Amino acid sequence: MTETAHEPVTTLATPIRLDFDFTPGVAQSRFLKGLAKATFMGQRCSVCGKVYVPSRGSCPTDGVPTTDDVELPNTGVVTTYCVVNVPFAGQSIEIPYICAQILLDGANISFMGLLQEIPTDQIRMGMRVEAVWVDEAELTPSLSSVRYFRPTGEPDAEYDTYKEYL
Amino acid sequence: MSPARTIRPVSVASFAQARNVRRDDEHNEVEMLMPVVAEVFGNISITKDDVDFICSGSTDYLIGGPFSFVMALDAVGVWPPRSESHVEMDGAWALYEAWTLLQEGEIDAALVYAFGRSSLGDLNEILALQLDPYYEAPLWPDPTSLAALQAQALIDAGKATEADFAAIASRSRKSALENPNAQVAIDIAPEVLLEDPYVVTPLRRHALPPITDAVAAVVLAAGDKAIEWAGRRGRKPVWITGMDHRMETHSLGARDLTVSPSTAKAAEMAGVGGGPVDVAEIHAPFASQEVIVAEALGLGGDTTINPSGGPLAANGVMSAGLIRIGEAAEAIATGRARRAVAHATSGPCLQQNLVCVLEGEA
Repeated sequence: MTETAHEPVTTLATPIRLDFDFTPGVAQSRFLKGLAKATFMGQRCSVCGKVYVPSRGSCPTDGVPTTDDVELPNTGVVTTYCVVNVPFAGQSIEIPYICAQILLDGANISFMGLLQEIPTDQIRMGMRVEAVWVDEAELTPSLSSVRYFRPTGEPDAEYDTYKEYL
Repeated sequence: MSPARTIRPVSVASFAQARNVRRDDEHNEVEMLMPVVAEVFGNISITKDDVDFICSGSTDYLIGGPFSFVMALDAVGVWPPRSESHVEMDGAWALYEAWTLLQEGEIDAALVYAFGRSSLGDLNEILALQLDPYYEAPLWPDPTSLAALQAQALIDAGKATEADFAAIASRSRKSALENPNAQVAIDIAPEVLLEDPYVVTPLRRHALPPITDAVAAVVLAAGDKAIEWAGRRGRKPVWITGMDHRMETHSLGARDLTVSPSTAKAAEMAGVGGGPVDVAEIHAPFASQEVIVAEALGLGGDTTINPSGGPLAANGVMSAGLIRIGEAAEAIATGRARRAVAHATSGPCLQQNLVCVLEGEA
């Protein structure tokens, strides 16, 4: 048998791609359908009274189903934020931009949102903000229905009112 | 043969499962788990505050979402913070971890749960990724083809025939008629099943497990809690008298696929041979694999295999093994068996195996 000289194999590329369906569930479907109507739908825990938005159908503290639907207002507070200065693959927004944790009024959990209409060096914790929705014809059951959040111009919220949500 | 070590008696105090279905489109994982966790606690009138440890079994590969096992804890409500763990394996192995902790004697009760939604992705592709990443996974062999190689080896060795596989499938799905949670329950004679076309030779459709969305939960209890909680519903405790798990080499080509030495070793260590086995709940997803596991467990003709219907009636990946333990415990608790064996498997062609021996009180 003759031996042919080969370079040793040092790397092996094995491309992998898996596709999945996603089932949001009953509670999250309600939240998504709310977005298609330009509203934030949350749920309240019947034990501790906390309001989750979006709700995944349970209170993570008490482990009970959340069945009490709550429509939340368009407005909230920036609890904390990050100014994004670093470009990355797939970036769709011009840098620098502000990624903020937003606590809607009446909610007990914050979620991440894009903040616009303010210079990045003027963002601060406690800033009052409101959602800007896409045009009615573009509303879909997805977070892309929220174009971004922007300052309302109201006085900042007191730290004590949101310190539990940092 | 007796177990190689003295163990602390731990009971399967409660078991609950959702109805096994082909696909649950309505609920997310948390919403699927909540009623089952509520039932497993409610069965014995306890709350989450009565368990000292929580362990779950699942895999993010099934739903394509990172940290799905952390999100699933929302179904329990882990406040105040408590000791918790997760295994990227069937819930039977999560139960093993909880049982091991109970052996140390510092805690007396644990919640174990498993969730597996097999319907959201392509199981043939997902399960190919558990194989050796250099020589096997790049070929994307699906689990049915690998099981077919194993089944053909079994036939070639003269250990089984296609008629045996059909008989196992027929019996399983007929038994499932008695199980309200089963997914595939039907009474069809083996001769009729043998008219099915091959999916992958020599396996016909009936020899394959269904694709199942399933969740299940168990409460383990030791000491006074075991006795008290069983008494709350007029039962006597069902004790785990031995449990062990073993695995074989990753390389399929290095194994004799017609035997399961890991099951045999686990059975020896768990003490299966220490008494008669009334019921065996075997997690052999393909009908052909039941032949191998039953032999490795050393079961005789007196044992009723898979009265629940087994994995041929419902095979939630990551849940079906835990359900075997739950079903075996229920068989004892309801007087259908005095001593039972539960088996769980994971990996390709029965690579990893867990054996649990359960006994009731006279």
